[in-house]
Amino acid sequence: MRDVAVVGFAQAPAVRQTHGTTNGVEMLVPVFREVFDSVGLSKGDIGFWCSGSSDYVAGRAFSFIAAVDAIGAFPPINESHVESDAAWALYEAWVKIQTGEVDTALVYGFGKSSAGKLRRVMTMQLDPYTVGPLWPDSLGIAGLQARAGLDQGAWTEEEMAAVAVRSRTDALDNPLAQLKGSDSAESLLQQPYIANPLRKHDCAPITDGAAAIILAAGDRARELRSRPAWITGIAHRIDSANLGGRDLTKSPSTVAAARDAGFSHVDVAELHAPFTHQELLLRKELSLNGTRINPSGGPLCGNPMFAAGLIRIGEAARQVWDGNADSALAHATSGPALQQNLVCVMEGRD
Amino acid sequence: MRTCFTHLVTSLSAPLNLAFDYTRSLGPVLGRFMTGLRERRIEGIRGTDGRVHVPPVEFDPVTARRLTEWVPVSTAGTVTTWSWVSEPDEGQPLNRPFAWALIKLDGADTALLHAVDVASPDDMSTGMRVRVRWAAEPVGSIHDIACFEPGEAGEDPAAQGEPVAEPISMAITPVRLNYMHSASPEESKYLRGLAEGRLLGQRCPACQKVYIPPRGSCPTDGVPTVDEIELPDRGTVTTFCIVNVPFFGQRLTPPYVAAYILLDGADIAFQHLVLGCDASEVRMGMRVKAHWRPRDQWTTSLENIDHFEPSGEPDAAFETYSQHL
Repeated sequence: MRDVAVVGFAQAPAVRQTHGTTNGVEMLVPVFREVFDSVGLSKGDIGFWCSGSSDYVAGRAFSFIAAVDAIGAFPPINESHVESDAAWALYEAWVKIQTGEVDTALVYGFGKSSAGKLRRVMTMQLDPYTVGPLWPDSLGIAGLQARAGLDQGAWTEEEMAAVAVRSRTDALDNPLAQLKGSDSAESLLQQPYIANPLRKHDCAPITDGAAAIILAAGDRARELRSRPAWITGIAHRIDSANLGGRDLTKSPSTVAAARDAGFSHVDVAELHAPFTHQELLLRKELSLNGTRINPSGGPLCGNPMFAAGLIRIGEAARQVWDGNADSALAHATSGPALQQNLVCVMEGRD
Repeated sequence: MRTCFTHLVTSLSAPLNLAFDYTRSLGPVLGRFMTGLRERRIEGIRGTDGRVHVPPVEFDPVTARRLTEWVPVSTAGTVTTWSWVSEPDEGQPLNRPFAWALIKLDGADTALLHAVDVASPDDMSTGMRVRVRWAAEPVGSIHDIACFEPGEAGEDPAAQGEPVAEPISMAITPVRLNYMHSASPEESKYLRGLAEGRLLGQRCPACQKVYIPPRGSCPTDGVPTVDEIELPDRGTVTTFCIVNVPFFGQRLTPPYVAAYILLDGADIAFQHLVLGCDASEVRMGMRVKAHWRPRDQWTTSLENIDHFEPSGEPDAAFETYSQHL
């Protein structure tokens, strides 16, 4: 296996609504400039490009093709796309570098989540025969999962509120976060339900945003970053598409991905849990006892669709670059109720 | 508001309402399940490990073996988890507040997602017993289960379906999604220009090419176009096609010509109609001018130009547009 590291990361501010197009160009142009400037590269230095986005979020066909405009793709580039969070695009880029065909890759994701009614748009990812036609929304499905854990004693509403409070407090140090600063857990628990048993603080906000990461192999990575975040393992797994056939309080696919990624212990973890109970579920499944969780504030403080998982990898890598952590785990999810999960383990080498 | 270089520009936006009906073939497993629903009965399928899956799955989720053993299950069952919907949305089973629930029907080992009709979340609990409320006129869809309601099986007089000869093999699933579609700041300037009868392009600061419409990013250089260039409403046909095929929503009667038109001073051609002459007369290099609609019909749209028509000028030399094809 080739040594591959995360060497560059930039993201657009996480905001409730941008006024640009749904093809992400207005968000991506400055993000590309920033990520290139951070490592002193330009587009000609990139061997492979891969993006993650959704035409359903954009409300138009081939929005990911329109997004390629932001690259300035001339002379022609080597490019691919996944209709999933861009963390999966990073996986594809990592594989591409493993083939030896390229030494560098730029991965990006974008989502103008505000363009449509997001909780309804997300219905389009469900089984289109027996589930989708009923139009269950993403909050309703997350609520089914939250209740299952509450009923079984896997987590409590107080623990869920504590996740929101910690996230929003950590986000005070994140200038790009959408939500920051928090009332006490006690006062959050006084708020009404929006999808009983979920309150507003249990749900990630609707966020427009974009992000980009640069990967580089071996010596190229060492040239670009004094302490690269070396990917020691990356894997993704999926659970059944049949919601009622799963134990929603468990995440076998996360456990399997973590095992395949060689995860044992890390100093810091960035978890892509758009709902408070999902962080509690993931912490339990990964046995993250005492590990620093989501120092960025996490997706509960900014959740741009199709970029938020990639941002977890970028934020975790930043902890390694800065010497705050020697080892870090980034998690990304896709699908309803944590159906599909990716785990990326990184380390610094001194 | 968004700052666009030296100008303060509010992007134009408009509702974009998408509606499309997917027609899906169901295959042998889901087809049989839907056929059963139309007859007001529910069947599951037995997995490799003996568990009964409802809704049925075509392949075992663990062993991936093709599954074939059908098992009738009850129309009543137990709620395994639920969440509350206080504001129902279009297409959902009920138009008043209701609960989503996973329901394990008696005889099944997996749970079915559906709605439960109760007045308040206080009426819901995990472990509660519910039964199917059938739709008045089942058609072979998951909506044949109108919803669930508290109670036990056998108490619903409507649960007596008639066997039907023709099995269900297709499903039509309507999709309705509403968006607010925004133009970029550059496109917004262009569209506002059209409302004044002006054709506004912009120049890429890197390659100096003039784009109309202007772009949030030059596709060659990856930077927004900047300097505004007003272009004349005449140009050259670079390439074209004669539309002979009728299609849904067609406004003109074939044959007619859709052409790429390179406005004088622009570097990128755009597509428009060429009318005002026989389709067979349209040719590469033909000079054309815009035929505007009456001013009182102008909006922020390229439709303000109804079509282009021959200007009568001599044809442009191939070299003048060969780099713009």
